[in-house]
Amino acid sequence: MTIIAEYGDILVIMACIFGFFMAWGVGANDVANAMGTSVGSKALTLKQAIMIAIVFEFAGAYLAGGAVTATIRKGIIDPAMLSGTPELLVYGMLSALLAAGIWLLVATAFGWPVSTTHTIVGAIVGFAAVGVGVDAVNWGKVGKIVASWVVSPVTAGLIAFFLFRSVQRLILDTEEPFKNAKKYVPYYIFLVGFMISMVTFTKGLKHIGLDLSFGTSALISTGVAAVTMLLGITMLKKIKANKEDDKEYHFASVEKVFGVLMMFTACAMAFAHGSNDVANAVGPLAAVVGVVSSAGEVAQKTAMPVWILLLGGGGIVAGLVMYGHKVIATVGNNITELTPSRGFAATLAAATTVVFASGTGLPISTTHTLVGAVLGVGLARGLSALNLRVIGTIFASWVVTLPAGAGLAIMFFFMLKGMFS
Amino acid sequence: MVTNNSIFQLFASSPFKPMQEHIAKAHACAIELIPFFDAVMANDWKEAERLQQNIARLENEADTLKKDVRQQLPRGLFLPVPRTDLLDLLRMQDKIANRAKDIAGLMLGRQMSIPEAIQPIMKDYLAVSLKTSAQALKALNGLDELVTSGFSGHEVDVVEQMIHEIDDLEHNADEMERQARSALFTVEKELHPIDAMFMYQIINLVGDLADKAQQVGSRLQLLLAK
Repeated sequence: MTIIAEYGDILVIMACIFGFFMAWGVGANDVANAMGTSVGSKALTLKQAIMIAIVFEFAGAYLAGGAVTATIRKGIIDPAMLSGTPELLVYGMLSALLAAGIWLLVATAFGWPVSTTHTIVGAIVGFAAVGVGVDAVNWGKVGKIVASWVVSPVTAGLIAFFLFRSVQRLILDTEEPFKNAKKYVPYYIFLVGFMISMVTFTKGLKHIGLDLSFGTSALISTGVAAVTMLLGITMLKKIKANKEDDKEYHFASVEKVFGVLMMFTACAMAFAHGSNDVANAVGPLAAVVGVVSSAGEVAQKTAMPVWILLLGGGGIVAGLVMYGHKVIATVGNNITELTPSRGFAATLAAATTVVFASGTGLPISTTHTLVGAVLGVGLARGLSALNLRVIGTIFASWVVTLPAGAGLAIMFFFMLKGMFS
Repeated sequence: MVTNNSIFQLFASSPFKPMQEHIAKAHACAIELIPFFDAVMANDWKEAERLQQNIARLENEADTLKKDVRQQLPRGLFLPVPRTDLLDLLRMQDKIANRAKDIAGLMLGRQMSIPEAIQPIMKDYLAVSLKTSAQALKALNGLDELVTSGFSGHEVDVVEQMIHEIDDLEHNADEMERQARSALFTVEKELHPIDAMFMYQIINLVGDLADKAQQVGSRLQLLLAK
């Protein structure tokens, strides 16, 4: 207890710094995966992608990030086990943040594809199991989270497969693809708007005092989606078929129509990413703040302070603006094979999966979900060439990341414990 | 700069565009036979030699492109069509350029002058044969659209139609080959026996050019077959 009372302020400041560092890492690195597909398909310029990412990552974190944050904060560890020794939770969460942030930097330097989600979950499980006791980990919940890592790419792949198939049937494989693109793309835009607002209204607005029933949410979401669709239709009006370009490549004008759709999808992706991955940074921070502010109670019920979500969102934006744009540019320039019609299916499928995972409070990896979605489009014969050997690398990064995050967290945990006591 | 980006490594570069570049090169090589024949008929061997070297150079460039495409198709690549079918198609495309080089090389090496009597028919025959390869090039240009539409639907019909036209043109070339043979037959007694034999061989090779173009079409059809 005394430790919390004595060093409370220092611990909170440390947590803020580490949390910001971690969020910065997410913004610098992870956002590129979310936005790279949009830039790569030439639907967005780099500037537009950054602007969209700033606004929607933030919105996603603020409006739909609560549930995942709660999971990271108090779902993985059983707080009852720590009620006598709250400082252990504080040390643990601090070391988890530090471990994940450092591991992210190391992996970036070596060019390994790692997931921030896997790192932070591994770190929390690691410090709890070793530093506190194997029983302190809520293994049931951890099992669910790990299962969701397998389920999410598969789900995204399925959605992407059927989305792309529908695009083929309704638009690409018809005699007048351009006319049909103009006809059907607004409906896809409606879908994007509906999905985002549905998750926001049903799950995300409790902390700003709005608790809506499912029916009301559906109604409002339909309204929001309709407005989004109208906005899309106005944008589509400007697009005319270009006979010259179409001679060279029959789908040139059609892809322009999909470019408009891709803008909306990119917003959805940024929103989804913000709703899920911000939690990796702010969850542990919220746990520390919770313990300190309740003077050593391992609180179960405290509400999430809004400033913490804002700090996380701010960290992501800072990372994105300072470093992330380079990564997005690199990624975007390297994906030449991704046309808007293909990119849209993959991105929307991943965004949908991630947003729903956020709604149910499951921390999943945006990158891996997107990989699943891309494979889904590939299975629908929608991509020219996919390098399957990368899947092996991704799988290896899963296996390596968990113990790495855990090991680093355990090391920092004992260092902190030694420093403060 | 390194990025820790698995997504970005997932996208391999598409082999389809290079395939199109390759057949464009192969056809560009074959089409040089027209001025080459003109030079031979005018007995301008200096010009003929220059054109033959040009054909050899283009054939070489087509070979380089072929190797590049092959390097882009390692195992473990996930393509919308079987990798072997794609490599087969590539081999056929390359044969168009090879045939053109054979014809020019043989004619220049033996300084073969084409008998006056069969010159017009030979010209027409070559033109029809090259039309076949031009049509194959046109069909291949639909490849990127096919990839976009996932090798299904309306685009398939468009390309199928082009493949039918390749077949028709090849039949025309066959007919012309028959006429060229009989024209040569009527004058063969006046020629040196060995010259006559090689003239028949040239007629064969020109027909072969159309044949190879047709086979490019049929290989492309295999890609479309579900």
